[in-house]
Amino acid sequence: MTEKKFDYLIKGEKGNWEVIIGLEVHAQVLSKSKLFSSSATKFGAEPNSQVSLVDSAFPGMLPVINQFCIEQSVKTGLGLKAKINLKSVFDRKNYFYADLPQGYQISQYKNPIVGEGEVILDMPYGTRKIGIERLHLEQDAGKSIHDMDPDNTFVDLNRSGVALMEIVSKPDLRSPDEVNAYIRKLRSIMRYLGTCDGNMQEGSLRADVNVSVRKIGEKKFGTRCEIKNVNSIKFMQMAIEYEAKRQVELLEGNKQIDQETRLYDTKKNTTRSMRSKEDAHDYRYFPDPDLLPLNLKQSLIDKLKKELPELPDEKKERFIKEHNLSSYEANILVSEKEISNYYEEVIKGCDKKLASNWIAGELFAVLNKKNLSISQSPVSAKNLSTLIKMITSGKISGKIAKNVFEKMQDNDKDPQQIVEKEGLTQQSDPKELEKIIYQVLSKNKDKVAQYKSGKEKLFGYFVGEVMKVSKGKANPQLVNEILKVKLK
Amino acid sequence: MANISDFTLTKLVAGIKKKDFTSQEVTESFISSSEKSKKLNTYITKCFDEAISTAKNFDKKKNYKGLLAGVPIAVKDLFCTKNVKTTAGSKILHNFTPTYESTVTNNLWSQGSFLLGKLNCDEFAMGSSNETSFFGNVTNPFGDKLVPGGSSGGSASALAANLTPATIGTDTGGSIRQPASFTGTVGLKPTYGRCSRWGIVAFASSLDQAGPMTKNVEDCALLLQAMSGYDPKDSTSVDIKVDNYSSKLTDKAKGLKIGIPKEYRVENMPDAIDKLWKKGIDYLKDAGAIIKNISLPHTKYALPAYYIVAPAEASSNLARYDGVKYGHRSKGNNLFEMYENTRSEGFGDEVKRRILIGTYVLSSGYYDAYYLKAQKVRQLIKNDFDKAFNDIDAILTPSTPSAAFKMGDKKDDPVSMYLNDIFTVPINLAGLPAISVPAGYDKNDLPLGLQLIGKAFDEQTILNLSLAIEKRADFKRKFKVWWS
Repeated sequence: MTEKKFDYLIKGEKGNWEVIIGLEVHAQVLSKSKLFSSSATKFGAEPNSQVSLVDSAFPGMLPVINQFCIEQSVKTGLGLKAKINLKSVFDRKNYFYADLPQGYQISQYKNPIVGEGEVILDMPYGTRKIGIERLHLEQDAGKSIHDMDPDNTFVDLNRSGVALMEIVSKPDLRSPDEVNAYIRKLRSIMRYLGTCDGNMQEGSLRADVNVSVRKIGEKKFGTRCEIKNVNSIKFMQMAIEYEAKRQVELLEGNKQIDQETRLYDTKKNTTRSMRSKEDAHDYRYFPDPDLLPLNLKQSLIDKLKKELPELPDEKKERFIKEHNLSSYEANILVSEKEISNYYEEVIKGCDKKLASNWIAGELFAVLNKKNLSISQSPVSAKNLSTLIKMITSGKISGKIAKNVFEKMQDNDKDPQQIVEKEGLTQQSDPKELEKIIYQVLSKNKDKVAQYKSGKEKLFGYFVGEVMKVSKGKANPQLVNEILKVKLK
Repeated sequence: MANISDFTLTKLVAGIKKKDFTSQEVTESFISSSEKSKKLNTYITKCFDEAISTAKNFDKKKNYKGLLAGVPIAVKDLFCTKNVKTTAGSKILHNFTPTYESTVTNNLWSQGSFLLGKLNCDEFAMGSSNETSFFGNVTNPFGDKLVPGGSSGGSASALAANLTPATIGTDTGGSIRQPASFTGTVGLKPTYGRCSRWGIVAFASSLDQAGPMTKNVEDCALLLQAMSGYDPKDSTSVDIKVDNYSSKLTDKAKGLKIGIPKEYRVENMPDAIDKLWKKGIDYLKDAGAIIKNISLPHTKYALPAYYIVAPAEASSNLARYDGVKYGHRSKGNNLFEMYENTRSEGFGDEVKRRILIGTYVLSSGYYDAYYLKAQKVRQLIKNDFDKAFNDIDAILTPSTPSAAFKMGDKKDDPVSMYLNDIFTVPINLAGLPAISVPAGYDKNDLPLGLQLIGKAFDEQTILNLSLAIEKRADFKRKFKVWWS
């Protein structure tokens, strides 16, 4: 594969512009209960069925930190190769809204639980290191529902108090593709860790996107706009593209960019102003007096570090080194935890390179065609593994294997049974093959003569005839070898 | 037999256990005195019928267990009580009935006590005269024009007038000790973290602490023991064993070193208070204590720091009263209009004043100059006490710079009202325990209290020293029962 060059620039009338992007990703902590209360966090429950007195801010109610959520965010921090802060502080972010029962959100402002880290992206033009500024814990708000009644707004507090990790990147991203790769990588890391399910449809992963542009060669960052709460990668990419062009147009028209918060309109594919810097909320952050500063023990961090699963970057390195895979192949296999799990299940006792080829080739083709995820694969890892073992042991040919694979997709059938039932075992007994070859050559004495007189192209014809007679089961390699001898 | 409602808490518990009288008789006696107390305006909610039936059930029991067996108690209306209206003295909660019971009241009930009623207080405990309550002023039994102090004014008056055998209040800047001092009763603010704040309507979370208010020191030890304890539901409560205060109670102070801080000798302090302070010193000397002059140099910054920290926290704590979920709701054409109308109508002037101050000091651009600086001052005040307590066991000061004042006197002058808490506020900022014990009278026969400040979690020492003062001062609450 030839290395591509990075080429995402906005072409303006007066030259090329570089796009600077930073993301604030809100990842819902995978936990049974909320950040400061014992209410459940299940998605899709009846409205207001998972709400405690704490979540609905009744008088005299107090938050108590959920230790599990703390450990989940420490794990995530470790997965981002980030500094874990032994002391962090919960602050109140004050604002009024109907779905914010306390009138403030408990968040971390000046002292987050996790400090600087990094995420590695494999781009077609090489490796990119994206800096992480911080990760902090905060409560989610409830949900206001405006479209159920013409006069009233309904509020569902099921999400009120659910733990979120806000992961803030440095302004290191330079294109919608990098944003795509970054979100996928972040999601993958958290899914490997089991700290966030990364489900964007259910809102477990959302992001605010900061976009600014600058002339190529310029060192200073331009004024940025923040696009709020975009909940799909596709929309994020479209919003960035639109926003960058809008900014370039403004700047080239000698107009100023206002630092503001903008909303992305998915229907019109535009962004529009939500509030300017002057209208920005004054959140009046101050340390929450109901909670003591969070002091982590180094021993806890060490313990969590020890228990950390192998993460995609490390797994990829290992696959390249130990399984002799290319960087490209390894990347595909580690991109999602489920894929790497599947692969590692398949390779138990079989050829790793072949397994990688089959997964990235045949299996993915089927999954794509049927629009399935790997966890919904119609062929189990165990059966695929068996199939590959049958190929390498010579029991069936690669060609037959493809037929068998097709049949396996019906109810995850055992390839061994298919092969036995349909008598597809490869014929590798030289004596049997010699018999067939003798038969074929006897039938085609004229062609044998032509071959011997120099028409060597006919060799393929003989192979084909042998395969036909053997109903495709003859071991092609052996057929080749024997034919060569017999035709001398 | 003397009137049961004159008895101390300790006597009542002992009498019920000995079957000198029944829980029902005790309950009826307090109900009867309470029914005649309308002019004092101490009750917001009366639970008399329920109290009688609980008492009757109690009397059927074979064994009377618990520190407070069979004794009904009325509490400040800041404690959430299950199925009983809890207003915090505010219109915005005038119709609020919790489905839960505060940890502290629950502790009382699990010691055999039960609820007599909910007592008036300053709105959201913001006030020093009980004049900010939506449910009207409370009057001090010592005079029909006098304030009982605040914010636990209803509690103090009800206690002094024998409407409840004991009570509990909350103290954010002096709200237990100042009214105790104004009504000739004993009031103790425990160490921050000694009692759970769970289920108490919050004013300023880092300062609020519930505490006992009683007729004498012995009762105070008993009630403190009953209400205290670690609560995992309050992250700021502290897991330290609760002492058996009653059994360790002694008036011997031999060898104890008592600090007298020179900064508490403020300008224009009435003679009577100065004299009382000197008397207190003599009492403690007499009990065997050693007196030491000390300095708490940052004392003068305590009040300004307090009036930044407390309103800041309050402005955030009171944001939840928005008309959306419970309590008072006004109409509005949209969400923000509804908020504005609800909060404009629901909160009184003093609460609004503090929300405004708090919002201001937390605003960006002002945070560093006010809130952050106040927190630094707070640390310096703590350091003052820490340093002082290296050499001494307790500190003796007056509880208040004056005796009870007349209603309306300071109502329109918030600063002079705030100055009333000048001796009590530093203790909340430092999170220490302190008690006000009645020790004498001023020239108008109004009660005056002395304050003893202890080391963190050393409530026992200040209880003991208070007992030493109580015995020597031989203080008697003397007033005519003018209200019934």
